[in-house]
Amino acid sequence: MEVKSALFYLFSVVMLFAALRVITARNPVHAALYLVLAFFQASGIWMLLKAEFLSITLVLVYVGAVMVLFLFVVMMIDINLDALKQGFWNHFPLAASIGAVLALELASVLMGGFRTVQVVAETATPAGTQYSNTKELGIVLYTDYLYAIEIAAVILLVAIVAAIALTMRERKDTKAQNPGEQVKVKAKDRLHMVKMDPVHQALVPPPAEEPKP
Amino acid sequence: MNVTLGHYLTLGAVLFALSVIGIFLNRKNLIVLLMAIELMLLAVNTNFVAFSYYLGDMQGQIFVFFILTVAAAESAIGLAILVLLFRNRSSVNVDELNSLKG
Repeated sequence: MEVKSALFYLFSVVMLFAALRVITARNPVHAALYLVLAFFQASGIWMLLKAEFLSITLVLVYVGAVMVLFLFVVMMIDINLDALKQGFWNHFPLAASIGAVLALELASVLMGGFRTVQVVAETATPAGTQYSNTKELGIVLYTDYLYAIEIAAVILLVAIVAAIALTMRERKDTKAQNPGEQVKVKAKDRLHMVKMDPVHQALVPPPAEEPKP
Repeated sequence: MNVTLGHYLTLGAVLFALSVIGIFLNRKNLIVLLMAIELMLLAVNTNFVAFSYYLGDMQGQIFVFFILTVAAAESAIGLAILVLLFRNRSSVNVDELNSLKG
């Protein structure tokens, strides 16, 4: 067995184990960490498929950003772990049978139908040639898919705005300054000159000194 | 034995089935549900990359690129909704989220 096949089986086995642990882990933090492991293995598999750019992107975007976000949220909210596990295996027979049927049907069709597909000559580039997956991807992305990539950028912007708008809240118990109001203020708002009639008041005479004996 | 396209597709299928099982099992934890959805997207992306390699077509990788973009947006908004939900209901149990029921 050549090295590539061995690597494929190694990555696959570790990824499926990690996925199994993601869905059965008792602690959500463990689930998130196993999901990181699964993403790393998937990255390796994509590397075997010569999709280097997407492989690195998967690690950077998913492990670096999305999973850290997941970990933040898991640690931020306080979950009662014991209550979560009540009746965890109730749906297991149904779920396992549906999953097994799904996997077996798909696997039988796919293994039967695509076992003989050979790699097309263009992607099977010989070693030593100046082939850059990133360059190829970039050329297609910025010519044929320019409109789509702009829409993707807008989608990300919408996601930013939506996430902030959903979670931002104004706290009522904090005191804050409003710089706009402070700049707009006039002198007459601060100080009121009040006209008053002069008032004559009799001076209180100082207490007489006691005569010395 | 060489690894063929069928192997990669089967791997994607098994991963997808595992995430479906995860969605059935984790009815009380919305966070793990979101993680299972991420696993599903990963399985689909693996299929796209495998087809792209074996059929010699770059479009598959382009599609994976856009799926990654949308998935990142989806998880960000999903987690924001989750935080909001936990703030209001003090729970992430899916079965308790039935206030829209008529």
